[in-house]
Amino acid sequence: MAFTNEQIERYSRHIILKEVGAKGQKKLLNAKVLIIGAGGLGAPAAMYLAAAGIGTIGIADADEVDLSNLQRQIIHQTKDVGKPKVDSAKETMEAMNPDVKVVTYHEFITSENILDIIKDYDFIIDGTDNFPAKFLINDACVMAKKPFSHAGIIRFQGQLMTYVPGQGPCYRCVFKEPPPKDAVPTCKQAGVIGAMGGVIGSLQAMEAVKYILGVGELLTGWLLTYDALKMQFRKVKLPSDTHNCDVCGDNPTITELIDYEQAECDGVGL
Amino acid sequence: MKIKVAGVKKEVQDGLTVSQLIIDENVETPEYVTVTVNDEFLENDQFDSTVLNEGDNIEFLYFMGGGQ
Ligand SMILES: [Zn+2]
Repeated sequence: MAFTNEQIERYSRHIILKEVGAKGQKKLLNAKVLIIGAGGLGAPAAMYLAAAGIGTIGIADADEVDLSNLQRQIIHQTKDVGKPKVDSAKETMEAMNPDVKVVTYHEFITSENILDIIKDYDFIIDGTDNFPAKFLINDACVMAKKPFSHAGIIRFQGQLMTYVPGQGPCYRCVFKEPPPKDAVPTCKQAGVIGAMGGVIGSLQAMEAVKYILGVGELLTGWLLTYDALKMQFRKVKLPSDTHNCDVCGDNPTITELIDYEQAECDGVGL
Repeated sequence: MKIKVAGVKKEVQDGLTVSQLIIDENVETPEYVTVTVNDEFLENDQFDSTVLNEGDNIEFLYFMGGGQ
């Protein structure tokens, strides 16, 4: 597939980079990335990936756009309130870049459907806002041998890590099981500064792009934490011993996906 | 003795346990924090019995559930 003149111009700032080039841009155009959650993290991740020319972007979210989302979920506009988030996200991405094919999943991800949804994708971005979904995505990606970016944001803080099969710890290596309902606040209960999704979601897009290009070092084996009030990033080394993990270890005890109970205050989910 | 907590060097008393350090550091939701000592995971039931040594490097990893 040769580039059109328009593509050469559109992606010129990529193509000029020695780490990307025409070859790398073709990799991006042939890549498939799934974003689960079209919210604070998923919105900026989706927009940067669409702008970058990721050829196929899947987006999964069961929710509709709410006025209280617009403080941070920049892929949705005021006119979109009440519309399914996946439809609003698709419209924005397609308007940004006609090269991108957007596939929407207007549903909750569950143990029943997740393996089928992730199977066609090269990289998955966890942009969800609750622990049951985060553990489900981790376990499904471990079982299906899919790389993914995990992230969480709350108040003025954010963190992310990248899982690549066989190359480092998974989310469950670090956190064994979801905390009990309401034991740890979510951002709906605690609040979150709008630009936090922009910082951390953009870093998730960066990890996806680097993975597809095969350049640089990923956050495998590291947890990157960001404290906006102290304006401090820290790259915390994670233990490399994954042997005892319940899902990615040598003798996994979790061999089937689990639908943990959703915290009530999370309401409608993803 | 000197230890490093979340990247910051600190002077602490000899014989300090991980449980006491968690209290001294005002760790939020201590029941749900993951602790690593010198890049190794420490099981929650070992917090009381683990005595820190000079030069140990301790990290607290916190659940962060938001995203939407
Ligand atoms: Zn693991």
